[in-house]
Amino acid sequence: MNFENQGVIKRLADQYGPENLTVVLGNGEANGVEVFAETVTEGDPSYAGPLAGVALKIPVYHVLEEEVVCQVPEKLREEKLQLSSLVIDIEPMHQALEASREKL
Amino acid sequence: MVKGKKIIAIGERDGVPGPVIAECLEGAGYEVVFQVTECFV
Repeated sequence: MNFENQGVIKRLADQYGPENLTVVLGNGEANGVEVFAETVTEGDPSYAGPLAGVALKIPVYHVLEEEVVCQVPEKLREEKLQLSSLVIDIEPMHQALEASREKL
Repeated sequence: MVKGKKIIAIGERDGVPGPVIAECLEGAGYEVVFQVTECFV
């Protein structure tokens, strides 16, 4: 995650409290999803960004995970997510993010 | 996913972009406090 976005997330966590936030990703591939999740739960693994050493423990989901997609109104789901759900392999990302959430 | 949480939507250019995530979750009744589309090239 780039440093600018890390900084924004840190500011939002200060403003609202990390316990009131949830991160929802839209990644097209599983590569990088674990690093995203680690950054907002345990802190920046590169120890270079604003979230270095900051364990916010914010739960992370992918927008195509069943837990999220089932809450989106059907019309929006069909218009905005149906095509993506055909080309994005959600299972490896679901497994990685579920494991990350279970550690919280 | 727990209802009532504020959402940080981090989309991807080659996946689902931030504004699409935001629109879907606002439609589901969530408050989106930040949305962005990252690009991995």
